[in-house]
Amino acid sequence: MSEKKKTLVDYVWDSFASIKLAVVLFALISLSSIVGTVLEQGAEPEKNLIVLKRIFGDSIAPGAYRFFESLGFMDMYHSWWFVSFLVLFAANLIICSLDRLPRILKLVREPARPIRPQMVKSSSIKRSVSLKGSPEALKDSLLKHLKSSGFKALDSPLENGGYQLYSQKGSWTRLGVYITHLSILVILSGAVIGIFFGFRGFLNLPEGYTSDVAYAMNGQPQKLGFSVRCDDFDVVFYGSSEMPKDYKSWLSIIKNGRVVVKKMIEVNNPLKFGGYTFYQSSYGMMPNPQGYFILKVTGKNNGTETVTKRLGESFTIPGTGLVGTIKDYSPALATDASGKPYTYSDMMTNPAAYIVFTEKGKEKYSGWVLKRYPETWRLPDGNMVKFIDYWGAQYTGLQVRKDPGVWLVYLGSIIMGIGLFTTFFMNHKKLWVLVEKNGNNSNLTIVGSSNKNRAAMEKKIERLVGKLTDGEKK
Amino acid sequence: MDSSTLFGIATLGYILAMIAYISYLVFKNELIGKIATGITVISFLSQTVAFFLRWFEFYNTMGVPIWRPPITNLYESLIFFVWCLILGYLIIEFRYKTRAFGAFITPIAGLALAFIEMSGMSKGLQPLVPALQSNWLLAHVTMSFVSYSTFAISFGTGLMYLIEKTEKRSEPAYIFWTVSLGILIILLVAMGLDYLKYHVVATNPETVSYLFKATFKSSSAMVSLISWIVAFTVLALIWRYGYVLKRVVAAFNVTPALLEELTYKSIAVGFPIFTLGGLIFGAIWADQAWGVYWSWDPKETWSLITWFIYAFFLHARLIRGWRGNKVAIVAVLGFVTVIFTYLGVNLLLSGLHSYGGMN
Repeated sequence: MSEKKKTLVDYVWDSFASIKLAVVLFALISLSSIVGTVLEQGAEPEKNLIVLKRIFGDSIAPGAYRFFESLGFMDMYHSWWFVSFLVLFAANLIICSLDRLPRILKLVREPARPIRPQMVKSSSIKRSVSLKGSPEALKDSLLKHLKSSGFKALDSPLENGGYQLYSQKGSWTRLGVYITHLSILVILSGAVIGIFFGFRGFLNLPEGYTSDVAYAMNGQPQKLGFSVRCDDFDVVFYGSSEMPKDYKSWLSIIKNGRVVVKKMIEVNNPLKFGGYTFYQSSYGMMPNPQGYFILKVTGKNNGTETVTKRLGESFTIPGTGLVGTIKDYSPALATDASGKPYTYSDMMTNPAAYIVFTEKGKEKYSGWVLKRYPETWRLPDGNMVKFIDYWGAQYTGLQVRKDPGVWLVYLGSIIMGIGLFTTFFMNHKKLWVLVEKNGNNSNLTIVGSSNKNRAAMEKKIERLVGKLTDGEKK
Repeated sequence: MDSSTLFGIATLGYILAMIAYISYLVFKNELIGKIATGITVISFLSQTVAFFLRWFEFYNTMGVPIWRPPITNLYESLIFFVWCLILGYLIIEFRYKTRAFGAFITPIAGLALAFIEMSGMSKGLQPLVPALQSNWLLAHVTMSFVSYSTFAISFGTGLMYLIEKTEKRSEPAYIFWTVSLGILIILLVAMGLDYLKYHVVATNPETVSYLFKATFKSSSAMVSLISWIVAFTVLALIWRYGYVLKRVVAAFNVTPALLEELTYKSIAVGFPIFTLGGLIFGAIWADQAWGVYWSWDPKETWSLITWFIYAFFLHARLIRGWRGNKVAIVAVLGFVTVIFTYLGVNLLLSGLHSYGGMN
């Protein structure tokens, strides 16, 4: 063939098909990412200034900050140059796969062929064994044994009488690498769809409130097309500790004035509706909360009643003349060394209500009732006030996401699992069995080859020989 | 016996095994070798029992489902890493019938255990925070640490390969392995000194970190300065007399071909497990817990860097046909990034993935 002149297209193609470009991109992405993990992304300037001061010293830090900022390092994963690296990486992956694919496909499609006798000599995976019976008599049992180890063999005659059986399996596993490459592209395409057509935002929703919008990270409201209401929010703690065990939000989805879905969500258990997903992400207290005390009041003789009262309001214990008035409240009650109660936190870590009980206008007793301590619910005379909740004081912080590309990310993950498995744990095996007549016996030469994991191939042949000689003993 | 006693026995056993394996390498005495294997096997069994006892304690006291393993903080993960590493090592010892790797792989376990003792990290059972209460915990965490330990093995075998194959002191590969090994030794000795000063000589409140307080971070500037001088002297000596080690290793009939094969095989096993368990399962879990499958969090980013390095190792070997020193260096560097992904990110950088801190 005459030497063809390389066109520009060839040149670009070749450079994108090269592993060198991949290495350069690996290095560029890795090195720039390191900077991105040291400098906190999207943080307030002061934070990173402190980091830079620690690295470069006080005098150089402001200059270093301006330098990194001008290059986009403060939000580098969204900068034009980092996105370009990723795009080039994808292009590199596509082109280098396409470049090699025709050759590999040829190998995959190629049918098994008989082995040439001179090749037998140079084969490194080889076993010989002698069996009773003529080659023709052994053929069926040989074919059966090969089939049971997964090889569908064909036969061809040998020059000096006898025959050889030839077969292969797993030729498609040569595609494993390309399946893996494809999966990366599928995942990246899912990510791109997510970036362009998805929505990432948040919604802080106080107990009892309803919203028909969520807010993007920059504060821009986005219509949801339905409403979401927070019915309740609660933090569950481990025993009497401050260690949170569970964050729970009870949400209702309202469409056309009707509640269509009700669900309790937790950190690993989001709510999906109308293309949006609501994740439990944070929580907090309303400024100057005016909540409701939800109390379950039981009289010692008759009946139980659930009452909902504000601070300062009163309720009667059923079947008695006792009137309870909620006089004080603490979101986080503790007692100091002298036994004096105080509030130790603004968050609702240990809500408590101070209730004064009167009968016919005269004070009988009073005390703190705590939500987390059932022993405080029992009143001296056998009545009970169960502290269910202080409702309407907290908001739940929801992460709101719409990502039409996420299924591609999951699909890509599955493909990657398949691709990696075929690449690393499967191989393309070829097996030949040459059978020659030797008096009343037959001499078998078993030759194998495999594109990787030679040891497994050797074991396979060993097992085949074992089965053949076992069959003979019977 | 409770789990912490058994963990204590295992820790002591691994340290003794490390000393025995190194003595075996030096004296080539068959008996010492058998003792080393014996101690390792007993310690491993002890740790296995301890691990399941702790699992049961975790299930009993924390009210979590039985399929949540007690691998939820830095201490538990380091212990699990050591367990995987020793298991991997024992498989190699019995399969390839050689004890020569012991002296290179048990020190990695020793380093991890010494770090636990010196840093004063909390060892108690901790309840699961809401984010960790997921069925992905088992798959993501165990697979990540299984892959870390296979990478640790490739680090050991890669280092041995370089020791055997380098000739001249001016060779970059020679300088590379002497410095890497030197740093490993210096870290081990420094932590050993911490142990002597604060555990044996003086008793110390348990939760305070005294990592390197006996040497580099000593309150006395003099001690600190001397430590640095000694460290550099040690590096220089290892560089100067590295050939002695080469002779020692060469005497064990561990061929470079076997070392290269082991390095490749451990990475070929670790890479898919890391990709799937570490990156993919991690992303799926993040998607379900936080609503973002990838957020360029420091842990994620460093995992990606680690993944790039091992992907590079595989491509360089399979497509470019790289063999020998070059790929061995990549294997050693790969494990350095693994250590940073694992410990450096937890201890130095902040982010979403903050379960693995000291407390």
